[in-house]
Amino acid sequence: MLNRYIMEQGNIVNHKLFVKEGKTVAFSPEVLGKIQQLILRYPEGQQKSALLPILHIAQEELGGYLSVDVMDYVAGLLGIQPIEVYEVATFYSMFYLDKMGHYVIEVCRTGPCAISGGEMIMEHLRHSLGISPGETTPDGLFTLKEVECLGSCGTGPVMQVNTGYYEHLTPGRVDKILDDLRENANKDKPDDSTWVEKFC
Amino acid sequence: MFKVTIDNQQVDVEEGTTILQAARMIGGKVVPPAMCYYSKLRGSGGKCRTCLVKVAQSSAKDPRPMPKLVASCSTPVQDGMVVQNLTSPEVVEARKAIVEFLLLNHPLDCPVCDQAGECDLQDLSFRYGMEETGSEEDRREFPVTDIGDKIKLHMNRCILCYRCVYTADQLTDKRLHGVLYRGDVSEIGTFIQQAVTNNFSGNMIDVCPVGALTDKTFRFKSRVWFLNPMNAHRDCPSCSGNVTAWMFGNEIYRVTGRKNQYGELEEFICNECRFEKKDPGDWVIEGPRHIKRQSVISANHYERMKKQSVIKPIEGIMEDPE
Amino acid sequence: MGGKILLAGIEIPGIRGFDVYRANGGYAAVEKALREMTPAQVNAEVTRSGLRGRGGAGFPTGLKWSFLDRKSDKPRYLICNADESEPGTFKDRYLMHHLPHRLIEGLIISSFALGVKTCYIYIRGEFKYLVGVLEKAIAEAHHHGYLGEHILKTDFSLNIYVHPGAGAYICGEETALLESLEGKRGNPRIKPPFPAFKGLYGCPTVVNNVETLATVGPIIGMGGEEYSKLGKGKSTGTKLISACGNINNPGVYEIELGLPVEDFIYAPEYCNGIANDKYLKAVIPGGSSVPILPADLILSTAKGEKRLMSYESLSEGDFLTGTMLGSGGFIVFDEDACIVRNTWNLAHFYRHESCGQCSPCREGTGWMEKVLYKIEHGQGKMSDIDLLVRISKNIEGNTICPLGDAAAWPVASAIRHFRHEFEEHVLHPAEVLEKERRLSASFAV
Ligand SMILES: Cc1cc2nc3c(=O)[nH]c(=O)nc-3n(C[C@H](O)[C@H](O)[C@H](O)COP(=O)(O)O)c2cc1C
Ligand code: SF4
Ligand code: SF4
Ligand code: FES
Ligand code: FES
Repeated sequence: MLNRYIMEQGNIVNHKLFVKEGKTVAFSPEVLGKIQQLILRYPEGQQKSALLPILHIAQEELGGYLSVDVMDYVAGLLGIQPIEVYEVATFYSMFYLDKMGHYVIEVCRTGPCAISGGEMIMEHLRHSLGISPGETTPDGLFTLKEVECLGSCGTGPVMQVNTGYYEHLTPGRVDKILDDLRENANKDKPDDSTWVEKFC
Repeated sequence: MFKVTIDNQQVDVEEGTTILQAARMIGGKVVPPAMCYYSKLRGSGGKCRTCLVKVAQSSAKDPRPMPKLVASCSTPVQDGMVVQNLTSPEVVEARKAIVEFLLLNHPLDCPVCDQAGECDLQDLSFRYGMEETGSEEDRREFPVTDIGDKIKLHMNRCILCYRCVYTADQLTDKRLHGVLYRGDVSEIGTFIQQAVTNNFSGNMIDVCPVGALTDKTFRFKSRVWFLNPMNAHRDCPSCSGNVTAWMFGNEIYRVTGRKNQYGELEEFICNECRFEKKDPGDWVIEGPRHIKRQSVISANHYERMKKQSVIKPIEGIMEDPE
Repeated sequence: MGGKILLAGIEIPGIRGFDVYRANGGYAAVEKALREMTPAQVNAEVTRSGLRGRGGAGFPTGLKWSFLDRKSDKPRYLICNADESEPGTFKDRYLMHHLPHRLIEGLIISSFALGVKTCYIYIRGEFKYLVGVLEKAIAEAHHHGYLGEHILKTDFSLNIYVHPGAGAYICGEETALLESLEGKRGNPRIKPPFPAFKGLYGCPTVVNNVETLATVGPIIGMGGEEYSKLGKGKSTGTKLISACGNINNPGVYEIELGLPVEDFIYAPEYCNGIANDKYLKAVIPGGSSVPILPADLILSTAKGEKRLMSYESLSEGDFLTGTMLGSGGFIVFDEDACIVRNTWNLAHFYRHESCGQCSPCREGTGWMEKVLYKIEHGQGKMSDIDLLVRISKNIEGNTICPLGDAAAWPVASAIRHFRHEFEEHVLHPAEVLEKERRLSASFAV
């Protein structure tokens, strides 16, 4: 049966309790300066508004996911309670709470992509990478994720690798993309523009 | 003053009053049930949808009905508004549906739940629920956790009314728990292991309409209906010291705030009064407290409820894991 | 495809940059509005144009603007809703990608009309690459004096900022968007109060879709009267339709409202017919939230009239035999598509995207998905079909925000029009599953 992984939905919800490791984390002075600029976009006293953009930057700059230490640090920057950051980070699907692979492959599963072959792309990736959605390959290179509509339905099936869109997928194209990604893994991040640049 | 008619009864209220508040001024059957609204917590309400009513006439000026049922707890009245609660079959149907949704993933472990007998959801399902649900799906299950060292959280039972979150926000200086994740896997939690120590955090237990947040210093000592609720007070430096002491003979089994007929606290109390003062000598006992609200306990309904919902043998579960 | 309004100039190389855009008539509307018109006149033009919200609800934009609390002494905000996450919808992305300045121009004129000094574009986080495109366009406009203090030496000042979401469909709902913009969870607010009185930071706020705001420029350019002559009846002007699914030419098309649906599906300049010479089975014409219609009802109404691409014609017959124009996400299904599987797929989407705040939606979306999953996988019962209808009815209208309705409608309409397919799944599960397996294997080539 296709897509078994989506369907095995247990009824046990066991969100893990995270631990604060107590590592010191900090943005570089340069990034920090830009973040100060970012906060100024919102009226005085509304600095919490900058939370989402800052979390994007934090995720990118400070380890690829939002550890408790990182979130507490961001809470400190904005003068809000850590729980306010946890609440937000757990709500939005783009924030990762655990360590991710070098490439996060997010495959669209929603209707329009599904009727143009999206389910099969996921199946293909499962086999090629030997992992299920939510898992990371042992070499730490790829994390596979299933996501909802990426707003690119006319060019489906679609997947997003880190921030880049890959459209009109076929199994053959997916293999080629994986090869390219593997080859470039040692080079810098695949996407040349970071959230910091985008915003500041 | 605005004139409002609810189930054919008229009342004059101030501008800005909600339909629910107006109904409470009339009292009795016209009052819609409220599982998430809490008059003393700013921003509460609107979420559970049990208080939905029909607005048959929006106002004297605009006699049209409102297109959808509205949440009475968060809809302000207009002059000349005509509201239907139980007189509208549509409302009765919707309320049944809401109860079904609320019970869909609720464990129905009433026989082993500390809240049994004083649970708003139990009362609600009695009064408005259907005989049986159409669901055959397994219920969602969360592990039992702690919110601090005095409060236990049974997330399975939570209806996500957000009252405890508003309590922590508005009564304590530092909120440590909140709503995490989203959709049908959202949960109340602290995200990381940490102690919730604020002196007013215990009020979360009293505002919780179900048995999701319970007092660890009381758990399983007794069923509430064996206990005698007594009004008691003490000279407390941090709160009013006016409480309900739940007694069996001469012993205090637990201390809670005093709740009014809508299950709302009259005053919030501090953790010291709630958790530390279990010696009758600490208190001036004023006399028995009458449960004014119409609840399963007072209606003597509990036995029936139990029969319907016993699903697990009581042995084994009665033993607290700790 | 002549007569483009919103997408005019899209074929010109370099139109994404300020200079080319300006050289091709760009920003003339801003100059006209700021130099020759009062804010009230701009409002009046927009009202006269008959422009209706392109985000989904189709609410008249002029009327929405007139609700804005102008008595309050608090600052006012204009929010551009670029959250575009409704399955089947990808028109705003296309517009922002190719013609970012058309949006900026619309934002400037709209802000002028509304007396707004700060405007935020809330864009879905996945569209990160577009953030750069928009920021660049904003910087260019600043550089040329169309943004910032004293625009065109008038008293009018405006700043536009781009704000990213982070993966939540619900943040497209306007009050959830405002919460998200304030750095909170995207829980829709309980209304009243409405954003026009208490929106962002408790201040009067207007939230409009990207396409709606981008249309304001052309309206001022050509005049509201002229714009209203386009289209049909109360569906004035042109609209972007994003077409996807089993068609030959998926893509974004600007159509004049009132175009027959049949022409849109089969004409070579639009969808160009069903892919692989198959037959049309069904269409969801306005993004996944609107009711699905079978081929006969999408091509003509129950009364036998030609169905047109307009707000009125598509909703002709209400929910019994009609649907909605919605956001213009036009999803086409061919003869082989499995309606049950698609309904389950969408139910999964809504379950995943429910904010979880109110009980009917939080519990109901999960329940519907579980039941649909069972039916799709051959473990359903006949009574499950009626159960689904009952659950969807119980959600509809009882929730805080329209996501509840959006989750209920696709299920209710799929059962209304394709009940036999659901029954087929219950009665002959093995055959149905085999057929699906073969179909999905056919994508492998
Ligand atoms: C669940 C939900 C999701 C929505 N998503 C979007 C969206 O992605 N983009 C959008 O423009 N409007 C969306 N809307 C509609 C907005 O709430 C709002 O009506 C719209 O932005 C108003 O703009 P308009 O009047 O220009 O259409 C959504 C509504 C709901 C209920
Ligand atoms: S724990 Fe209790 S008070 Fe808190 S949200 Fe759940 S039901 Fe409400
Ligand atoms: S209808 Fe759904 S998405 Fe909307 S507020 Fe309720 S739970 Fe949230
Ligand atoms: S359905 Fe896959 S991008 Fe929209
Ligand atoms: S009490 Fe009104 S919605 Fe919960």
